[in-house]
Amino acid sequence: MKLWNQKSNKKVFLLFALMSGALLIVGFFQSWNLMLAILNLCLISAVMSLGVNLQWGYAGLFNAGIMGFAALGGLAAMLVTKAPVIGAWHAGGFGILLGMFILVVSAILAYFVWVRLEGRGKKRYWYVIFIVVIGYIISRFVLGPAIISIESFEPSSSGYLGGAGLPVLLSWFVGGLLAALVAFFIGRITLGLRSDYLAIATLGISEIVIFIFKNEDWLTRGVKNVTGIPRPVPYEIELQSSIWFQNLSEYIGIGVIQASSLFVKLCYTSLFLSVLLILLWLCEKALNSPWGRMMRAIRDNETAASAMGKDVTSRHLQIFVIGSAIVGIAGAMLVTLDGQFNPTIYHPLRFTFLIWVMVIVGGSGNNFGAILGGFVVWFFWIEAEIIGNALVQILTLPLSDSSSLKEHFLNTAPQLRLLIMGLVLLLFLRFAPRGVIPEKTLRKLSE
Amino acid sequence: MIDYINAITLLANYIIVPSLAYGSQLALGALGITMVYAVLRFSNFAHGEIMSFGTMISIFIIWLFQSIGISINPLPTALLALPFSITATIILLLILDKTVFRYYQQQRVQPVTFMIVSVGVMFFLAGFIRFLIGTSKKNFDDGERFIVKASQFKQMTGLAEGLSIRTTQAITVIVTILLVIFIFWFLNKTRTGKSMRAFSDNEDLALLSGINPERVIIITWILVGVLASVAGTLYGLDKGYKPFVYLQLVLPIFAAAIVGGVGNPIGAVAGGYIIAFSEAFITFAYKRFLTYLLPKEWAPEGLVQILSTEYKFAISFVLLVIVLLVRPTGLFRGKTL
Repeated sequence: MKLWNQKSNKKVFLLFALMSGALLIVGFFQSWNLMLAILNLCLISAVMSLGVNLQWGYAGLFNAGIMGFAALGGLAAMLVTKAPVIGAWHAGGFGILLGMFILVVSAILAYFVWVRLEGRGKKRYWYVIFIVVIGYIISRFVLGPAIISIESFEPSSSGYLGGAGLPVLLSWFVGGLLAALVAFFIGRITLGLRSDYLAIATLGISEIVIFIFKNEDWLTRGVKNVTGIPRPVPYEIELQSSIWFQNLSEYIGIGVIQASSLFVKLCYTSLFLSVLLILLWLCEKALNSPWGRMMRAIRDNETAASAMGKDVTSRHLQIFVIGSAIVGIAGAMLVTLDGQFNPTIYHPLRFTFLIWVMVIVGGSGNNFGAILGGFVVWFFWIEAEIIGNALVQILTLPLSDSSSLKEHFLNTAPQLRLLIMGLVLLLFLRFAPRGVIPEKTLRKLSE
Repeated sequence: MIDYINAITLLANYIIVPSLAYGSQLALGALGITMVYAVLRFSNFAHGEIMSFGTMISIFIIWLFQSIGISINPLPTALLALPFSITATIILLLILDKTVFRYYQQQRVQPVTFMIVSVGVMFFLAGFIRFLIGTSKKNFDDGERFIVKASQFKQMTGLAEGLSIRTTQAITVIVTILLVIFIFWFLNKTRTGKSMRAFSDNEDLALLSGINPERVIIITWILVGVLASVAGTLYGLDKGYKPFVYLQLVLPIFAAAIVGGVGNPIGAVAGGYIIAFSEAFITFAYKRFLTYLLPKEWAPEGLVQILSTEYKFAISFVLLVIVLLVRPTGLFRGKTL
């Protein structure tokens, strides 16, 4: 059975055409460079909202830790691609590995004790706490000196262990895997809880992930940023000096510098677009399979689904892991596009709650809706700056140009984008809770 | 003997006094979240921004008073501004209730939908606040800064360790005690408070016995407005006002409410102090403390710090997870007011 009909097909097509039109207007009236920059981030946002749509739209899980998974993907992009710092490895690599080994062993030990002592009351807690604390203290003795020697190795240029020096496209898979791995552990702990506890727990974990990235300099260089992450596409300088590209830009009739920057952005666009299309295809397949129907059945009535013999908790875990993996891939793509890993860019409003706005505005439970939401919301997130500025200009017209109040509001005008996003989210929740492209249901189909 | 007194003074100066103040701020915040949870049955993500809104109004009023020369030296002007910011926050919450929350309350939507609505409110308020006041840090603690300065304390007692108590810390603790006493008196002794508790315990039964739900909800928002604006202003007074910090503050506040038992006011207050004290005890460097207590040969070389200070927020979170796993109802068996 195909949950798809002519009428909604047309509407989706029309909406995406409108979106392309808006991007073209930016291209004609602002600049093509800006338009491609917006488009690339739209594509990444769309991948993220596709992942969140899996969790919320298919399974009804409120994941408030999207930021953390995106950052994990970013970390993977950095760790896979950067060349290893041999000196730092010599200085403290062994200590780090040993410390990690001790931590892992104590965690496994604690888990076994936890399982074996099932039903023995309070004793179980004390044993587990004891093992974890002892493991942590021992690892601190090993890790402490190793970290100090790594961080003091050429601190201005490296001061961290570096990465694996592998191709950057591989890092997108690794980013997905890393996010999936972390999501598995978080899901094991939190998915049995009530929905709002899940939200608070994931929010907390994402904050901790960012704190770790900011402070564990041996791993991420902390706030000193890792720059120069290798690209999957050619560099502008190389293009400008190559003969074929000079001929090409002359043929099109634009300057070689501008042409090279457009070309690089187009390369990124095609890469991101192919990732998005592959993921979309997979998600559509999943949604229309027995598995997808089971997921929606669980979402709509957990008790009934569980009475039918569906294992609700492990299905939830499964979809939580898959959705987080997709967010991780998007995070890796974002760091690849930026060419640097900077843990300070991750703010919950931008990386968690904005994605939520995308999914809800687009239409939760519908992959095309989630993608459209990613495009539209990101587009307005960028263009809201111009809208906000214009709004302030109009509102402060009665004030003189030199008024300090006017100056203040022009400075804070970019913050209006948060206000606009909040308003959009509230209006949609109230008047169109199913989003722009609603979920396809059987009743809709028969109409 | 003198060593022991020095060690205790050290702890008092670095852990007990700051944690009492921080714990009070968290307790007030958690009390607000817990009340929304008990009566309206959802986790209010916008609470941090509501606190931030109250603080912003306080700052505007303080600037106004300072410009026309009103002050209550040696106390900070913020105390004078509090009634105004409380009123403004209550008005904001009642408007939000009327325009946003009431609809979903009547529809009896799932808690998770309510939570997303509160995310929308959070976004809106965050933008509104940052647009009005900007994002830079603002200090507004005027008046006498210290009750006891570290150097004075050393002179007075002749100890090697100083103890400093800032005016803002003392005010925080005193205001919190007064407010918490008022809230508990209100909930337990007045008719309205009792009807609130009945409503939170069993909504249908409360409706049957003639309790007006709209009135209960409005009273709840009024109390939440008082708690949030006071908590926000005290936090800003103590640590300086920076809009985006209030977004991060939601996490320890939630942790405090859940550790104590969400929906339980006693739990919320206790949870606030538990979170604050464990953050301080776990990130404190015990080197000097141990040097006082241990014989000279045993004096530690490193900082003897369990976790570095940057991970403060992580501690509240780990406590939260442990409580959720081991005792999901919280230490004080939460659920109803």
